[in-house]
Amino acid sequence: MQFRIVKKAEIGKKKRVLIFLGSIVAALFVSGLFLVFLKLNPFQVYVAMLQGSLGSAYRIEQTIIYAIPLLITSLGVAIAFKMKFWNIGAEGQILMGAFLASYFALNYSHLPKPILLFIMFVAGFIGGAVWGIIPAFFKSKWDTNETIITLMMNYVALKWVVYLQYGPWKDPNASGFPRIANFAENAVLPELLGVHVGWIMAVLLTIFVYYFLNKSKKGFEIAVLGESINTARYAGVNIFSTVILAMVLSGGICGVVGFIEASAVEQTLTKDITGGVGFTAIIIAWLGALKPQWIVLASGLFAILIQGSSYIQSAFGVSTFSAQLLEAIVLFFVLGSDFFTRYKLIIDWPILSRTKESGK
Amino acid sequence: MITVAFLKAAIIAGTPLLFATLGEIITEKSGHLNLGVEGMMLMGAIIGFQVGYSTNSPLLALVFAAIAGAFGALIYAFLTVSLRANQVVSGLALTIFGTGFAGFIGKSLVGMKMTDEFNYFFRDLKIPVLGDIPYLGEILFNHDIFVYLGYVTAIVLGLYLYNTGKGLNLRAIGENPAAADAASIPITKYKYLHILLGGALCGLGGAYLSLAYVPVWQENITAGRGWIAVALVIFAGWNPYKAIIGSFLFGGLDIIGFRLQGTAVAISQYIFDMAPYVATIVILVIVSLRKSRKNAPPKALSEPYFREER
Repeated sequence: MQFRIVKKAEIGKKKRVLIFLGSIVAALFVSGLFLVFLKLNPFQVYVAMLQGSLGSAYRIEQTIIYAIPLLITSLGVAIAFKMKFWNIGAEGQILMGAFLASYFALNYSHLPKPILLFIMFVAGFIGGAVWGIIPAFFKSKWDTNETIITLMMNYVALKWVVYLQYGPWKDPNASGFPRIANFAENAVLPELLGVHVGWIMAVLLTIFVYYFLNKSKKGFEIAVLGESINTARYAGVNIFSTVILAMVLSGGICGVVGFIEASAVEQTLTKDITGGVGFTAIIIAWLGALKPQWIVLASGLFAILIQGSSYIQSAFGVSTFSAQLLEAIVLFFVLGSDFFTRYKLIIDWPILSRTKESGK
Repeated sequence: MITVAFLKAAIIAGTPLLFATLGEIITEKSGHLNLGVEGMMLMGAIIGFQVGYSTNSPLLALVFAAIAGAFGALIYAFLTVSLRANQVVSGLALTIFGTGFAGFIGKSLVGMKMTDEFNYFFRDLKIPVLGDIPYLGEILFNHDIFVYLGYVTAIVLGLYLYNTGKGLNLRAIGENPAAADAASIPITKYKYLHILLGGALCGLGGAYLSLAYVPVWQENITAGRGWIAVALVIFAGWNPYKAIIGSFLFGGLDIIGFRLQGTAVAISQYIFDMAPYVATIVILVIVSLRKSRKNAPPKALSEPYFREER
């Protein structure tokens, strides 16, 4: 028996979706085996995950609160990925956005609420954008590997916030506990329909990124640059300014997540503010094929997965790390399934081919 | 400040980095960028710890750590070699998997300590003659067996890559897979073997952290060292010999913040903790500024090879 691999012609949308769903089912099956190994009934666990994430109005709200940072960060990451600029630095961009927004929240809380929140929004964007411009500058000037630089900048941002939390910004009223003071009421985002208004920003940003990537000239140039730098050069795209602009947007949008999470969820700045969103977002952006409409769906799925796993943690005593394992298994299968959209596997059975040959 | 004790400690701190860097060099030489180093180190660290904790045998612990790292690499190799998936995302997925894997298994081991058996296994062994050289002897040749294993691995890999036919084949695959294929080098076999070997080395690097360096189990024990290793590959110009220097330099940066605590230097420890990361950025920028052909990455790095696409 021998395998041969043949390239497929472009396949239809319907088939693509089927392959995607097939890979999810396969991933759930393998995760199910893992759960059986833990002496749990996988069906019970999966049903409980759905109940835990969508079973009541309150739980749906909680799931949406998880989905907001995932969605916005994925949108930011997707802009960079479209350009094949591997921005692994969303974690750091979120932290720096949160840091700059918190600076205004802590020092200018006497300003009227709408003005303060607007300043914090802009500050969050700038904080993330600066953290995005630095690797973009090096990449476009000297072709410095952006994957490593953005990654290292995550750690620099993290250590910076740790420094603030344990040092100059430590709340003197927290009886020695290393934490930063809570924001004043003025610096906290209001709620609408049970969820903080971050969800409105998420909707608006989805529309914006959709139009930017699909309808604007710059968005088109980013896509061309991602396909081939030589084509972009030939078409007269200004590579330096395109890379910088894409990373200002990518980092800036991630920075806005920092502002939202600090203002609405934590109501202060902490070193744990990202909760690993920056890494999960890379997966979501990839699963969503870098298309905003699909990213919305993938973010929803992951929010269900995360909220569901924190529910089964208390219901079945499964560790939160199992959620991470589940995420990775789903990702492995989806990554692998892409093969079947591009190639066809042909198995040559020696017996069959022999009969064919003898028939000749 | 830069004392013999500090330099000796820098070598110990650099040893896990050295293993991971060597593992990634051998992987990238086959044309595959595996960003799962952090994940594979964590898998090696936890399996090594778990096996060591339950069998009390350092050798078994190390063997299983290497197998665990290679297992992680196998997932990556299947996805990127056989299924031609995107290497960057596959590597990231592997890191997420490894982090979850280690966290999951290690949940009940947090705070557990390795036994005296391991202290004995990883005791300092002075090398005769070399160990008696003033200063250098103490810094370089009075270490535990694993540090020596690091030196040996680096040199063996260097000899393998630059002085053997198989090493030449491997480099050919990383530079120009189509040509290597035409020369009937079994590409898929080479890629799998070297990606797995790379994973095993990363697993060993992780195990050194959990078995000898720390040696208490704590969550996320690698603390980003896998990523520094990925950067060190670029710093070393894909050369195993230079990886030795790079790893020990970064080992020094890793411990400098802690060492400066309580000294006259009036800068917060948390600021010094940034040192290895900032240094990585600075070095990468400098390396990219003076691009030389000698330090260039394998030409076909992170490009999937498909024979019929030629």
